[in-house]
Amino acid sequence: MQPLLTACEVQGAWSDSAGPQWATLRMERGAKEKNHQLYKPYTNGIIAKDPTSLEEEIKEIRRSGSSKALDNTLEFELSDIFYFCRKGVETIMDDEVTKRFSAEELESWNLLSRTNYNFQYISLRLTVLWGLGVLIRYCFLLPLRIALAFTGISLLVVGTTVVGYLPNGRFKEFLSKHVHLMCYRICVRALTAIITYHDRKNRPRNGGICVANHTSPIDVIILASDGYYAMVGQVHGGLMGVIQRAMVKACPHVWFERSEVKDRHLVAKRLTEHVQDKSKLPILIFPEGTCINNTSVMMFKKGSFEIGATVYPVAIKYDPQFGDAFWNSSKYGMVTYLLRMMTSWAIVCSVWYLPPMTREAEEDAVQFANRVKSAIARQGGLVDLLWDGGLKREKVKDTFKEEQQKLYSKMIVGNHEDRSRS
Amino acid sequence: MGSRSSHAARIPDVDSIRRETGFSQASLLRLYHRFRALDWNEKGYLSRVDLQQIGALAVNPLGDRIIDSFFPDGSLHLDFPGFVRVLARFRPVDDEDNGNRDPKEPEPLNSRMNKLRFAFQLYDLDRDGKISRQEMLQVLRLMVGVQVTEEQLESIADRTVQEADEDGDGAVSFLEFAKSLEKMNIEQKMSIRILK
Repeated sequence: MQPLLTACEVQGAWSDSAGPQWATLRMERGAKEKNHQLYKPYTNGIIAKDPTSLEEEIKEIRRSGSSKALDNTLEFELSDIFYFCRKGVETIMDDEVTKRFSAEELESWNLLSRTNYNFQYISLRLTVLWGLGVLIRYCFLLPLRIALAFTGISLLVVGTTVVGYLPNGRFKEFLSKHVHLMCYRICVRALTAIITYHDRKNRPRNGGICVANHTSPIDVIILASDGYYAMVGQVHGGLMGVIQRAMVKACPHVWFERSEVKDRHLVAKRLTEHVQDKSKLPILIFPEGTCINNTSVMMFKKGSFEIGATVYPVAIKYDPQFGDAFWNSSKYGMVTYLLRMMTSWAIVCSVWYLPPMTREAEEDAVQFANRVKSAIARQGGLVDLLWDGGLKREKVKDTFKEEQQKLYSKMIVGNHEDRSRS
Repeated sequence: MGSRSSHAARIPDVDSIRRETGFSQASLLRLYHRFRALDWNEKGYLSRVDLQQIGALAVNPLGDRIIDSFFPDGSLHLDFPGFVRVLARFRPVDDEDNGNRDPKEPEPLNSRMNKLRFAFQLYDLDRDGKISRQEMLQVLRLMVGVQVTEEQLESIADRTVQEADEDGDGAVSFLEFAKSLEKMNIEQKMSIRILK
């Protein structure tokens, strides 16, 4: 592990000396020389938006269009359509959800071709540097990391199987915890993940549920290398399946068959059973249900918040400068994704353990979930969205459209009733 | 891995699109990125379903009507020039458009008349150039959902058509529509500014 550690320090020093900014400055200069427009990613959205409500906007539109005295008999006007029209086209140009499912755009280039938007403004010097980077990443770092990953995974499978043969008891638990921890730590090194943990005093305890925002499958390794957790998930085939079966021999994880996942009551029942047993480790859950690109937090599914256990929220924020950790599952499979991870410079992230939360008497599960989500978003500096991350696969519910329709109807019909009475 | 280079040269016919729509190169690049993000399975064109997947559009009561205006004449594929041509109508009007305009050239896509025409098309479902009372009712129904009774809606539709209809044919033509909105600051209400 020694060579990797020094490599990390070197990378750290390089970044501190404004390496990435230098690369971008070179490109900007090159672009200016050739008098071209440089594409600059704009992280806050591409159009100017007014945050006014439906009622205000429509009143504005009517006021600007009519010379009639503005009294209370406002009914439907032909111009009302402009509001919906413009709002609709605005969402076609830029909406809050679609951009969360592609990798975050960087302000300055980090010498990885995958994050580059201006390939042709690269001077010779920059290309050489990039080539050097490729050489280092693929020929030096990658083999080291693959070797480590291999070691980590095999140790995990073998170690947990061996521990599984022991009789149940304190010794077995102790051994299993440490086998898990050791293997996760090796895997963390395999990805060169540089993790900063904050507020470790708030780490999850037995009988609780740990919830975190989800960016990639690596989140699991990052959290589990600093604490002991019971995993929850679907049973997979192939290598994952082997790992899962081995792990569950050593300590009780909660794995569901594909058919069981749909049955929400069954899921809730098993989770509740696990949580009520104080000797079992805290459960690790990602309530978003899907990977988001780490610029926002989307709707938390309420299932885990109905159980009634103490929730330990955790915020994970990756620094995209050294390597983008977001798993775009529609674009890359798992193996391609892991290879991309292992050929980035490093995975740098911060983990914040937030103080535990419990559901209050007047809150329902959805409100509790939103409260936890806001706390996580605030801590990680992420945008707090109400949209469901599952939107990319399913259509949005009609209830949201009805809300809009209700608001609008009140404007035109509420006044109509006044008229008919007079 | 492939470089996701999106330099303007990658956009086919970028110069003719620029001339037709009046968008700056930077804006076109942004819209091209957006087009490719919406085309998540990389077909090279957009279908209705791709636009319907935008959550915020699906909850807009006129969402389907707006999507229809991108697919004129029953076409099923929307390519990038078509995409930008519709969005060009929402380009803010700047003074240089009107100042240097050669009267022989066709009207710019984002002129006041063209913006009005876009809104008119949202009402005029069968594209016959007139908004009939029936079409007015249908659009009203989209905007209010189930919140309003049929009678109330009918009286609103009647009143609106009557007020705007000048030649007494029971329908609102485009010129009547434009006349009833002549005082409206359309240029501002139907403009979306793309940030540089």
